[in-house]
Amino acid sequence: MEPVIQANSVSTVYQSGSLSVKAVDQISFDVKPGEFVALVGPSGSGKTTMLAMLAALLSPTEGDVLIDGVDLSGFKDNERVKFRREKIGFTFQANNLVPYLNIQENVEMMLRLNNKLDNAGKERANELITRLGLENRKRNLPNQLSGGEKQRVAIARSLVHNPSVVLADEPTANLDSERAYQVVKIFSDLIHEQDKAGIIVTHDLRMCIYVDKVVQMRDGKIENILANRKEIDNFIACG
Amino acid sequence: MALFLSVKEIWRNRNRFFLFSLVIALITTLVLFIAALAEGLATANKEYISKIDAELFVFQKNVSFSASASQIQRSIVNNIRRTPGIESIGSVGFGGADIVIPGGQKPLPVSLIGIEAGMPGNPAIITGKPLTTTYAMEGVLDRRAAEKLKLKVGDRITIKTIQAAKDKFYTLRVVGFSDSNQYLFRPSLFIPYRTWDEIRSQPDPGRPDRELVSNIVAVKATLGTDLKQLASQIQVNVTDVEVADKKTTIEAIPGYSAQQSTLNTQQIFTLLIGVLVIGGFFQIQMLQKVPLIGVLKAIGATNSTVALAVVSQIVIITTFGVMLGSLVTIGLALGIPSGVPIIFNGEKVITSLLALLAIGPLGGLVTVRLAVSVEPLMALGLSS
Repeated sequence: MEPVIQANSVSTVYQSGSLSVKAVDQISFDVKPGEFVALVGPSGSGKTTMLAMLAALLSPTEGDVLIDGVDLSGFKDNERVKFRREKIGFTFQANNLVPYLNIQENVEMMLRLNNKLDNAGKERANELITRLGLENRKRNLPNQLSGGEKQRVAIARSLVHNPSVVLADEPTANLDSERAYQVVKIFSDLIHEQDKAGIIVTHDLRMCIYVDKVVQMRDGKIENILANRKEIDNFIACG
Repeated sequence: MALFLSVKEIWRNRNRFFLFSLVIALITTLVLFIAALAEGLATANKEYISKIDAELFVFQKNVSFSASASQIQRSIVNNIRRTPGIESIGSVGFGGADIVIPGGQKPLPVSLIGIEAGMPGNPAIITGKPLTTTYAMEGVLDRRAAEKLKLKVGDRITIKTIQAAKDKFYTLRVVGFSDSNQYLFRPSLFIPYRTWDEIRSQPDPGRPDRELVSNIVAVKATLGTDLKQLASQIQVNVTDVEVADKKTTIEAIPGYSAQQSTLNTQQIFTLLIGVLVIGGFFQIQMLQKVPLIGVLKAIGATNSTVALAVVSQIVIITTFGVMLGSLVTIGLALGIPSGVPIIFNGEKVITSLLALLAIGPLGGLVTVRLAVSVEPLMALGLSS
């Protein structure tokens, strides 16, 4: 099976005055359809920067990122925006939802942005809302929802436009353990069910029970890639 | 998408936006009232001059086009008349008088204007008949004064002037009423030119060697005449005179320019305050929304979508505020006493409304710039 995400020797250098900081250093990995990958590592290890490059938010200084076989490095700014809109689903740590749109409108947002808010789109949005147990909250505003519910809405929004890649940046950071497990399990289930390539950036190693691969990062480099269940379970157990 | 976002945000935060619309409405009311006051005061000062059926006005030289200081002798008037390109001319004399109101009430001050029957300077008559002679104890009264004094055509009025430091009373028959013709904030009483010369306030009435004078001469040019050329020609043909067009004549009315520039400055400052208030409000709003804008851009909203959402929101709120302010202004205008010099001139109202509608987007320019400059990386807590 062809990978959806391919990162080939990707590096990024941040310029801070006269100082150059290599945030990501020669990283290579790939993610296949239906595969859910966790990017883990301590703060400053480069995982969010890596995620930004996979999301076409940042260009690598070296190497290339391919999504669905398309090299993102040749994209102009407006092409990047269009690419993100069509191919990528995003869940963030905070400020995910538009506070003045109700839950249905928030989920349908990606369809509106892509001019795909037709009957089929609406049906898909409703299916996701129901699947995520939010059917009674459709008319509510985000401030009427719990943290876990908000993240579930964000997950629905990230999948509604049928993207190839689903990315989540610390989606459980503001949730208690129970809700965090709940959110990541739903995320994992949907990625597997819908054959998406999913990446979650997390500090919380316990969440790795739901992923198929763990990319462990430190100081901008890959320290380890754990690709089988046993290795992942051992990794979680060692904390 | 942009309009959807802006309308939804307004609707879901309608109390906050309504309160802000009230601020815009207040600014609108203020601007419209200042414009109406400027127009009302201008009209009260210049109405007669602006309505005269003449294009040019001849003044004595070196009096800065001051009608009260200018003295034009009858011989000069005849010289002016001989200039080619003139259809007709009329001498006009200005003065002040009080119409005595029986019963010890406060007299009504009027502008006492001497005119030549049938010549430029005669007002439009709405009731009765115009003046027909050069000397008669009769007059045409401004309809405003007639309404106030409840006069009918044919009634007699007594006016008071001051001659050689003494009050003098004259009785005139009102032969007609003119349309509104205020001059120097007073309604006008038009009387025949020679009568005016006799009864106007003056320090040395009846001096035998005194030549008949007027203050200015109104000149109506024949159709198609080049007015600048005609003005120059008059100044060449006739010594010691200066010619002004209507605009210059109005601007030379005592206090007119100072008053108008004061009110215009007030209006501009109010609009400027509007720009700052609207700009400030939307800027604060935007600062609170920066993280959200970052997320919107990260998920694929374009800069134009974000900018359009901001602009459309500003336009909607400004338009609503201006409409609300216009309604408040109409309501207040209906309740204002008739003595307050407020006139809503269509052209000025439309100009003011357009200016008010423009200040919203103008004030929001900084906000749009901020919205466009937000980086999508901010959604991930990064910056480029």
